[in-house]
Amino acid sequence: MSDTTGSGPMLAADGRPLKESLGRALRRQKLRALALIAPLLLFVLLTFVIPIVSMLIRSVENEIVETTLPGTVPAMAAWDSSTGEIPPEDVFQNLFFDMFNASEAKEHTKLGTRLNYENTGLASMFRTSGRSIDDIGEVFQDAIEDIDERWEEGAFWFEVMNGAGGDALVAERRARWEDLTDDSMAGDLGFTPSQAIIDLLPNTAAAYTDFAIWTVIDDEDVVAEEDPWEAVYAALAVDLRDPSRTAAIAGYQGAGADALQALSAAELPGLTFTEAFAELDEDWGKVDVWQTIEVYSPTYTPGYFLNSVDRELTIDGVQARPENEQLYVKLFGRTLWMSLIITTSCIILGYPIAWLLANLPVRTANVLMILVLLPFWTSLLVRTSAWKVLLQQQGVINELLVWLGFVDDANRLILMNNSTGTIIAMTHILLPFMILPLYSVMKTIPPTYLRAAKSLGATNWTAFWRVYFPQSVPGIGAGSILVFILAIGYYITPEIVGGTDGVFISNRIAYHISRSLNWGLAAALGTILLVLVMALYWLYDRIVGIDNVKLG
Amino acid sequence: MNFKKPILATMALGLSAGSLAADGHMASDMTLVSWGGAYQQSQINAYSDPYVAMNPGVTVTWDESSAEAVAKLRAMNEAGSITWDVVDVVAADALRLCDEGLALEIDADEVLAPAPDGTSASDDFGDLLVGDCFIPQIVYSTTFGYRTDMVPAGVDAPNDICDVFDLATYPGMRALEKRPINNVEWALLCDGVAKDDVYDVLATEEGQEQALAKLDTIKDSVIWWSAGADTPQLLADGEIFMGSTYNGRLFAAIEEQGQPIGMMWDAQVFDLDGWIIPEGLSDERLARALDFVRFATDTQRLADQAKYISYGPARLSSAPLVGNHATLGIDMAQHMPTDPNNAANTFLYNYEFWADYRDDIDGKFQAWLAQ
Repeated sequence: MSDTTGSGPMLAADGRPLKESLGRALRRQKLRALALIAPLLLFVLLTFVIPIVSMLIRSVENEIVETTLPGTVPAMAAWDSSTGEIPPEDVFQNLFFDMFNASEAKEHTKLGTRLNYENTGLASMFRTSGRSIDDIGEVFQDAIEDIDERWEEGAFWFEVMNGAGGDALVAERRARWEDLTDDSMAGDLGFTPSQAIIDLLPNTAAAYTDFAIWTVIDDEDVVAEEDPWEAVYAALAVDLRDPSRTAAIAGYQGAGADALQALSAAELPGLTFTEAFAELDEDWGKVDVWQTIEVYSPTYTPGYFLNSVDRELTIDGVQARPENEQLYVKLFGRTLWMSLIITTSCIILGYPIAWLLANLPVRTANVLMILVLLPFWTSLLVRTSAWKVLLQQQGVINELLVWLGFVDDANRLILMNNSTGTIIAMTHILLPFMILPLYSVMKTIPPTYLRAAKSLGATNWTAFWRVYFPQSVPGIGAGSILVFILAIGYYITPEIVGGTDGVFISNRIAYHISRSLNWGLAAALGTILLVLVMALYWLYDRIVGIDNVKLG
Repeated sequence: MNFKKPILATMALGLSAGSLAADGHMASDMTLVSWGGAYQQSQINAYSDPYVAMNPGVTVTWDESSAEAVAKLRAMNEAGSITWDVVDVVAADALRLCDEGLALEIDADEVLAPAPDGTSASDDFGDLLVGDCFIPQIVYSTTFGYRTDMVPAGVDAPNDICDVFDLATYPGMRALEKRPINNVEWALLCDGVAKDDVYDVLATEEGQEQALAKLDTIKDSVIWWSAGADTPQLLADGEIFMGSTYNGRLFAAIEEQGQPIGMMWDAQVFDLDGWIIPEGLSDERLARALDFVRFATDTQRLADQAKYISYGPARLSSAPLVGNHATLGIDMAQHMPTDPNNAANTFLYNYEFWADYRDDIDGKFQAWLAQ
């Protein structure tokens, strides 16, 4: 149809062009439709899309290393991890200040837990190092205070450090704290580092600013009234030990200049941070620890995904995990294989029942239907526990078989705590999902077709196989998809009756969510499971065709 | 996370002022989290009922989520809304929560009541104050129970941990927990490793393999449990000959249900259960939580709990006060894992070791199970 006539555009009753008027009506309709589905859309978005996206992000996200060690990670860029040497002093120096702040904020143990997934022992290394990190600073603090008592006073420090021009430094350090703690660090400090001090003593200014931010914002104290952290003394020692600054310090005119010059002239402890960390925990001197930190320092990591397929990220690239730690590929394979077996047994058991349901007189069929649905209405946990009672070695089935003489009392069948148990219990639990779509499809197949086939000379089998069965295939397809996809993510039944060789990948995901707290790995495993399901669905569509699936 | 010292200081003031300061700035309801079942009931009887009787305005809600407490607290923390006030966890979980910054650090002497004789809380609890956040409550043990009627004729009842690995003398199924902790220690002990060397050996690849190889000798005769109630049920049904579980579960099966089960205390592994207070509570709720914890962990209350369940009180000063079972009337002292007759050969769960090695060894253990 054309929207114009010979005399110009076709007009609606209100004089507008018909096309525009129709468009408006259509738009209104669409909006109304959208408003109607809005609750559902919102619900799906909130409970489905957002969690899945956040799971995807979590499976690669690895911010914790660089937010906890913001100085160390960039400093490590200059270190060549393949030489077999531990990083240079500069890296350890940064590590000290990073660890000091992290232990003030109690964040260092989180990083230890994270890295412990990759290299066993790092959890306690970070915990113990964080606990005694003060000791390193105290070496310098004691030395400095011995030389000049004024450095014991918080007020004196404040006088030396405070001034104007250091806003950029405050902003930078504040951002670091915010990254570290995920909390807002906004607020007036009552302190600004002086630009002259920043130029003269950069490490000290940074450490003192860190101290000031935490003292004011988190502890809610006044900077000038508090004694600086041990890290500030260590920073001062670092600055004073640097020979390139000696001349500038000698010419310094600002507050506390004489005290600084006195310190600069005095002998300060020569303790290196490399030695100090080796003292805290000897593992800091091991190159593999540093390689782990190096490998996991980027913001995003493929590490969790590699672990999910029994590989690991090492300094030499991706490698297979040792044989005695390989688990996940096997579990994925088992999950798929057993889901397939369960689906097949559901078809075999469900098909005749669905046929009976569809072909018996309504009265009898209804009773049968209730029998199918009854277990469906019983709690999953109750049904699984009931299977436990039936399947165990002293259970109902074994007792019966022994009583009937089929099985010797000494060799009772092992029906649970293995894959047999999982298959039996899950087939029973998922059977209604097979029967119901099959039944609704069979209900639509006219019985006359079978009769017609037989009257044309087909045997019972031919009539069924050539005429009836092809028409019921869409029901099998729908039931199989339902059962298979439900089975692949099953958790509770394998957990209760699966023993060791009857557990699924979901049991491992649950373990990582609730026990090991390795949510990144759980997310990666979950993502792989999701992709597997989608891939199988796609394959199914290619082979059988999703149009051939009918739920009724 | 922006509270800490100032509030703790105010708290200390509030506490020393006693009930005077009480209800003014304390929340009037509180959610306690525990394990459910008989254990939670013993806590209700010994702790929360008397507490509510003393503070009539307080409403106590119980949640039975301790098994997932660590994951749930982490999720609550990420969501920024903590709905629990005091949480019962095992010490290993408390250590983990402390590491994750999810549990409040506690100064025992400031927060907990001293013993009646004036001994400070830190001395009274002693080594049981594991980590910086954990407030111990009970000592429980994981140990073995066996069917007395399944002991072969002419053989002594099992009384040595290595009897578990001796299928020739004691044929039958065993139940072990589906995790490496405890099992690998027992395996090494029965593979000739001296008790003091167990963790040094376990820290090595070879040691871990040795433990799994020992477990491999009985693997076909083991049912692996994951809930504490499994072993008593398996024993009661005659599914297994012997199995490990928590001693309180065995006590209930033997004394309360009269099952033909015997206790084998050898090489029992002591573990601790206690409270933590989640990080991030409001001042009022924190005040209430601290007030409750101070009450619930005093010498008398800890001793009272032992009337209802056979777990040992964590305070030294509570031990002499342990009396008879509230309904059965039997003397509870001899059923405590800490009783000298039961504690001839014991093991203390090594928290530091397992915090480091749990994921590593568990990975190997699960891979071994899947073979």
